[in-house]
Order: sequence, then structure tokens, then C-alpha cells
Amino acid sequence: MSVINSRIPEGPLAQKWTNYKDHQKLVNPSNKRKLDVIIVGTGLAGASAAASLGEMGFNVKSFTIQDSPRRAHSIAAQGGINAAKNYPNDGDSVFRLFYDTIKGGDYRAREANVYRLAEVSNSIIDQCVAQGVPFAREYGGLLDNRSFGGAQVSRTFYAKGQTGQQLLLGAYQALMRQVNAGTVKLYTRTELVDIVIVNGKARGIIARDLVTGELKRHFGHAVVLATGGYGNTFFLSTNAMGSNGSAAIKAFHKGAMFANPCYAQIHPTCIPVHGEFQSKLTLMSESLRNDGRIWVPAKKEDAEAIRAGKLKPTQIAEENRDYYLERRYPAFGNLVPRDVASRAAKERCDAGFGVGATGLAVYLDFKSSIDRLGKNVIESRYGNLFQMYEKIVDENPYETPMMIYPAIHYTMGGIWVDYELQTNIPGLFAAGEANFSDHGANRLGASALMQGLADGYFVLPYTIQNYLADDIRTPRMTTNEPEFIETEKAVKTRFEKLMSIKGKRSVDSIHKELGLAMWDFVGMGRNKEGLQHAIQRIAEIKKEFWSNVRIPGDMKGMNIELEKASRLADFIEIGDLMARDALNREESCGGHFREEYQTEEGEALRQDDKFAYVSCWEFKGQDSEPALHKEELVYESVKMVQRNYK
Amino acid sequence: MEKTINLTLKVWRQNGPKEKGRFETFKVSNISTDSSFLEMMDILNEQLISENKEPVAFDHDCREGICGMCSLYINGRPHGPDDDVTTCQLHMRKFKDGETVTIEPWRAAAFPIIKDLIVDRSAFDKIIAAGGYVSVNTGGVPDANAIPIPKPDADDAMDAASCIGCGACVAACKNSSAMLFVSAKVSHLALLPQGRVEAARRAKAMVAKMDELGFGGCTNTGACEVECPKNISIANIARLNREYLVARLGE
Ligand SMILES: Cc1cc2nc3c(=O)[nH]c(=O)nc-3n(C[C@H](O)[C@H](O)[C@H](O)COP(=O)(O)OP(=O)(O)OC[C@H]3O[C@@H](n4cnc5c(N)ncnc54)[C@H](O)[C@@H]3O)c2cc1C
Ligand code: SF4
Ligand code: FES
Repeated sequence: MSVINSRIPEGPLAQKWTNYKDHQKLVNPSNKRKLDVIIVGTGLAGASAAASLGEMGFNVKSFTIQDSPRRAHSIAAQGGINAAKNYPNDGDSVFRLFYDTIKGGDYRAREANVYRLAEVSNSIIDQCVAQGVPFAREYGGLLDNRSFGGAQVSRTFYAKGQTGQQLLLGAYQALMRQVNAGTVKLYTRTELVDIVIVNGKARGIIARDLVTGELKRHFGHAVVLATGGYGNTFFLSTNAMGSNGSAAIKAFHKGAMFANPCYAQIHPTCIPVHGEFQSKLTLMSESLRNDGRIWVPAKKEDAEAIRAGKLKPTQIAEENRDYYLERRYPAFGNLVPRDVASRAAKERCDAGFGVGATGLAVYLDFKSSIDRLGKNVIESRYGNLFQMYEKIVDENPYETPMMIYPAIHYTMGGIWVDYELQTNIPGLFAAGEANFSDHGANRLGASALMQGLADGYFVLPYTIQNYLADDIRTPRMTTNEPEFIETEKAVKTRFEKLMSIKGKRSVDSIHKELGLAMWDFVGMGRNKEGLQHAIQRIAEIKKEFWSNVRIPGDMKGMNIELEKASRLADFIEIGDLMARDALNREESCGGHFREEYQTEEGEALRQDDKFAYVSCWEFKGQDSEPALHKEELVYESVKMVQRNYK
Repeated sequence: MEKTINLTLKVWRQNGPKEKGRFETFKVSNISTDSSFLEMMDILNEQLISENKEPVAFDHDCREGICGMCSLYINGRPHGPDDDVTTCQLHMRKFKDGETVTIEPWRAAAFPIIKDLIVDRSAFDKIIAAGGYVSVNTGGVPDANAIPIPKPDADDAMDAASCIGCGACVAACKNSSAMLFVSAKVSHLALLPQGRVEAARRAKAMVAKMDELGFGGCTNTGACEVECPKNISIANIARLNREYLVARLGE
């Protein structure tokens, strides 16, 4: 049985990272060239890590399923990135950012990691500016900040509504510079399909060339998974179509722990679902909540008339509107954290006050901001988001309120890592959204970009070195070692099996079924009975998939249905893990809301005496239930209290 | 209001870069005008799978106009018959019931076809690798507010940096020139003090790489600007030319 050891350095919280860096092992320049590091994923976490390790002189191999590193899902992040710069002089500090993140995560994150995150946040902004990231500025020429949900200070840096794009392009350009310098070799349209373990250590991967269909073996002294989150388990989410959880599942099968799978974030402000054909959900950045006010009609009959198309939102008088967030949470108002805002929207819609044709929508209204600041100001802040909305919904949000509804957005759970971002398999690291480390049960807005870049620029370059320092005498292996051959054979068998099913159902039709089960039973509100049902449903879907999926074409050349099928097989396993974890966690915390555990006012009720731990799941075989291990969470610097945004 | 339409699709099919391509004709019916163009393609593919045929391969990922992956040439226009949008943001309300829609890949020598509607745009990455960055390593950089930047410069840099690398400019250009793409990156970085330092060298390296990779020359037709989903202005090309000239004069 593996033991959970988070390897948190000694010393007071604020000194841990400095102490670590002061005492870690280093690799000298001539040895770096002899060490190969595989980095899977070129999102913010992967691209920044690959560029930094390349600059340091390691021999890096970088993999992505897209045609270019610049297209990773990170490109879509809109709102911004947090840092504790305190440029606006509104009382921010490293401690406050740390505290807000721990509190926002509902006291389910590891203190030491979160503190380090807050500590390196400022360096990220410096780095990005040096790379030429065009952050928004004020007339004086200095950087502008905005506020985001879950914080009472303005600490969010942004580049229009395209912050992720600009940060990723910065990291991508740094990466391409290393490709040019020959320190990084890039493999695009190439998918990790398994991890190779030699003598208990991660030593390489099997990758599939998505253009030729060929399987290739790659050796690395260490392997980093920066493969993003698994929100697409739900089929409909705000994630890019290609986002997937397969690398995490491959690691899980090889013995890596999967931590807190049930912590998924539902984002309150997405464009509502239209119809059957819908392929993804579009996020409207949370930053809109700075200037938009959320409401539904206060009278049921008005809501009904709106749903029937007989009344327009602009016809509803001010006193007949229910600005329910401002009403329930006067201190934070429209800026409450995401989980709170999402549940409040669901509550209103379930109670019959929802709008839109389906009744599953609420308004996000900019009228008072436009009256106060002028249309120009609103346009300069959110122009591209408004345009995006209008192209999709065919309504002008400057004139009529936007309609929004919650959707799956981000997964806080992921591959378990210790303080060094190393999994329980030596040599296997995980970074960015793919790991579970910093956000506890709920992630605050603008903190994922911060975490991805913290991991890639400022954490992994140190911690990997500490690991590799013991490996300088390990020569490059040939990929003809038996472990490589066997792993490749197993992968080939799996793909052949998928191709041989020759059933009747398309991959998407089964994926939609999985998504529906997840949304209904493992979504915003969960309960024991529903979760037990979900586990059963997912088992049925698994059976249906493995006996009735249809994949046209063959294994040679490009076969997109085969790619999708392989990922769906893994999503089904993740769905099962999510449901099991949610069933085990008999409390409500952050994004995980168990209906049995709520206060009289309907707020999440934690059970700190029983559940102040990270759930770490160990794979026990396809036909057995996974085993649960616990990493107890010890808080030295903050006191656990019930979150209060009133 | 939800409305549905029926369409005839003429879709380019091609098995590989060296194979011969051809148009195939399909019919799709009851397409909601609220669906996106790619959702319509999903429906077509579901139909093909149910007939045990190979679905049409096309590139896409974010489906919200930011990753630059989608790349269809629809009825003779890159990204189809709407302004300032990518293919994934195009909605079926732009089409009429009974219409025939022709769907092709980007066509340019520097973008070889991989399969059906998917092309290889790695040439763009090679151009960036040639110089589209600021040469700084991680760590050891000045404080982010050490150098104030006039807001108009920062805003102009942001506009140029909005390029999503989709390649529509190349597909729209009769010479298959990549000048709009290259000029957007050169401008973005040249407008900022951090990137200014290497501006001339960068322009020269990127243009040289572009020429080497088989993109054509720019004859100022302006077709690229019209089709660019992100409104990248051809004023950037003028700025690139200036930087390039400076670089050549410095030789
Ligand atoms: C619409 C939207 C808006 C957002 N806005 C914000 C925001 O304003 N602020 C904020 O902080 N966060 C935001 N987020 C969250 C944030 O964008 C992501 O959490 C973050 O970018 C994830 O980065 P990453 O590097 O971990 O992974 P990703 O960017 O998802 O990258 C994953 C990489 O892994 C590769 N990959 C995956 N599987 C494989 C495989 N098997 N083999 C090879 N390669 C593989 C992919 O090709 C890709 O390169 C937003 C998210 C969404 C969806
Ligand atoms: S300049 Fe415009 S058309 Fe060309 S690649 Fe960039 S975004 Fe696409
Ligand atoms: S799919 Fe990303 S821009 Fe169209």
C-alpha cells in the first residue's frame, strides 16, 4: 500500500519555500544537457515549464494534441490573473492572497502549497510584462487591476477579455524561442497514450501520432503531465472540445493517486443551453459581475410571461426585480464566489423564477453601469465578450440584459502531488489544472492562470532539478527496454479492441448520455441516493460503450472518432471516480454540495471533524473498486471557519 | 425564434497531402438556425457515422473564436459569410433554406492538406520560432511597473496581439502571403519597450523565414484585412515594412 507523504518542508509557513530552495539539490550545466524531461501539454503550465527548463539547459520534449502549442485550452481564459502586487494600495499582501485562496477553497487545500503560490504570484506578472504581454494599463502608464469574485481587493491583471490568450502567447513564444535554440523538441498533434514505468520510476511515455496513427516510444528521466482538467466528463462544459482527462487516468492506472475527483467547479455565468445539438457552453467572464447586476423577476407571473415570450426584461420595473445576490449577500453582492453564485441561480430557477425559453437562465444586466459610466467604458472593458454573446444569442447585450446559467468549468481535483508537484510515482510530476494542489474544494476566479504559470515558471524548474540531481548517472535508456515494448503492446491491444467493437452508437451519443447522468446526479446538487444511482448508470454506460461503440475507418492515418473514443473510455472512468468520491464525502464544501449537509439558510455545511482531508484514490483494477487513502489537512496559520460572504 | 433549414453541402474530401481530392455532396435537414456552423458539421458527421461512413475531418477546439484552430473556406470566404467571426462562431442563421454550401480547406502551398478540411499550419510556428518573442529567460526581470507604457501604445499592442494564428489571411490572399500574420506579431512587440530592443532583428528574421517557407509576397490587395476574424489592420504591414527597412539599412 502506498503511503501519502506530502513532503512539506520544515519551518514557518512564510519561510518554507525559501528554505526549500536554499537546500535543494542542483544539477550543474554540463549534466543538464544529458537529462531528458518529457513535458506533456503546452497550456500555461506545460509551455512555461518547457520554456524554463529548456532555458536552463535541460533536454526537453514537449507534446500537445493540438496542431500548435499556441492553441492549448488556456488560450480561452478571459478574465484575468491574480497577484499580490498591491499596486492599487488597497491593502493586499501575500498573506491576504493566500488567505483568500484557502478560504475560497473552503479549507480543503494544502496550506504550504497555497502560500507558495501567493508568494510567487508577483514574479509571474513581472515575467509576463518582460515577455511583452500587453496587460491593460492606466493613463499614467502603469498596470491596471480589477476585482474578481471572492476578494475585497483589486488584484486581477488582465488583457482585455483575452488574458489567457496573451499569457499563453507569452509562454508559447518563450517556448518557440527554445525550439529555435534546440533545447526543446516539439511534438504537435501527438497524444500521450500511456506512461512507461521502469523500476518504479516514470521513464517515458507511449505517444500516438494523430496524423499517421503510429505509436512511438519516448524516453525521459522525468515526465511532467500538464494536460489540463477533466470537465468534459460532463460532455457540455466551457472547456475546449479537446480537453480531456486521459493522461490523468493513465497515471492513475499506473499507480498514481487521483485526488478529490468530486471537486468540480460550476461557473455561474455561461450562455444557457439551447438545444440537443449543442456541442459546448460558452463562458461569459466572471469579470462581468463587476459591472453587471444579476436578477430574476420578483413575481412568478412575470417570469412565466417572459418564458412565454409575452414580456421583455426591459419592461419589468425596478421594484419588480429580485437582485437576489445583493439581497442575500450584501457584503459581496454580485461578487460572491462562483459556487455560491451558481447555487443561488439554481435555487431561483428551481423555485420557478428562471427566464429564457427553458426557464434555466437568469439575467446579467449592465443598464445601471452603462448609465453610470457610459457605453464606451463598458465597451472598452468587455467589448469582445459582448460581441461574442451577440454572435451566439443574436441579442444586443448593451440594450437587453444577457441571459446566463451555470455550467461545468474547471476541475479542482486531479492527479495527487506532493509539495514538489511530484506524484506518488517517482519521476512523474503534474502541473496546472491536471494536479489537485492549490484550490481545495473551489477555485477563485483568476487563480488558475496564476497557478499554471506558478507551477511552470517558478516551481517545477526547482523541484524537478531536486529530483534529477540524483539521476545524473542514469544514462539515456534506449526505448527497446522490455518495459517500453510491453507498454506499447498493451496500448496497441487497447486500440485494436476499440476498433473491433463495431457497434451501432457514435462516440458522441454515448458521451452525451454520460454527461446527462453526471449533470443530473453529480452536478450542482448531490445526494446519497442520486450518487448511488449515478455509479450504477455509469457502469451501464461503460458496458454500452465497450460493446456498442462504432468507430469508422481504421487505426492507420488520422481517425478522429478513434481519438474521441479513447478519451471517452477514460471519461467514463473519471465519472465513476467523481461519483464515488462525492458519495464518500458526506459534507458540503466549495463546489461539492451534498443536499443532506446544508445550513438552514441553504449554505454549504462542512464537517471538519470528519472530512478535513484530501481523498486520494488508488486504482485496484478495472473490475474492482478503487481504494481510498487520506491526506489529513493540517492548518497552522489559518483557522477553519464557515465561509461567510454576507 | 427557432427556425430550421435544409441544406446541400459540397464538402472537400482528401485522404492525405499527396492524394487526389474531390467534392462530395451531402444533404442535411432540420438544422436549427440557432446552431453554429460546426454544430451543423457535427450533425453531418453523426449522419455519416450512422451510415457507417467516415466522418468529415475538420479542425476545431475552443469553439469560441479564440484558439484559431477552426479553418473552413465556406462559399468562397475564409470563415464564411459573416464579418469578424471565426468559423466556430458562425451561426446557421446566416444561411437560407435550400441553399448549397461549399466547404473547402484553406488553400495555400505553405499549408498542405492533412485530411479533408484539415491543413498543416506549422509554418506559422516556424515563423514565430525565428524571432517572434522577446529574448528573456525566466526570472531576473524588472518589476512589472518599472517601465510605464503609454496607454495608447499598450492598447495598440494589444490589438495587434489579438491575432489568433488562424491563417485566414493567407487563405484569403491570392499570393498566399503571410504578411498580416507576421506584421501583427512584429507590431505587437515593437510597440512595447520590452520588445522594441530587438524590433529590427525580429522583423528581418521573421520575414526571411516566411519567404523560405513558401508564402507569397504582399501586393497590398487588402483581402487579408477583410477576412481577418480579429480585425487585424493592414496598418501593421506598413509598420513591419518600416522595421524591415531599418533592419536592412543597418546591414
Ligand atoms: C472559458 C474559460 C475561461 C477561463 N478564464 C480564466 C480566467 O480568467 N482566469 C483564470 O485564472 N482561469 C481561467 N480559466 C481556467 C484556466 O484557463 C485553466 O484552468 C488553465 O488555463 C489550464 O491550464 P493548463 O496549462 O493546466 O492546461 P490546458 O491549457 O488545458 O492545456 C492542456 C494541454 O495538454 C495537452 N494535452 C492534453 N491531453 C494530452 C495528451 N493525452 N497527450 C498530449 N497532450 C495532451 C493539450 O494539448 C494542451 O496543450 C478559464 C477556463 C475556461 C474554460
Ligand atoms: S492576422 Fe487575422 S486572419 Fe491572419 S492569422 Fe491572425 S487572426 Fe487569422
Ligand atoms: S475552434 Fe477555436 S477559434 Fe474556432
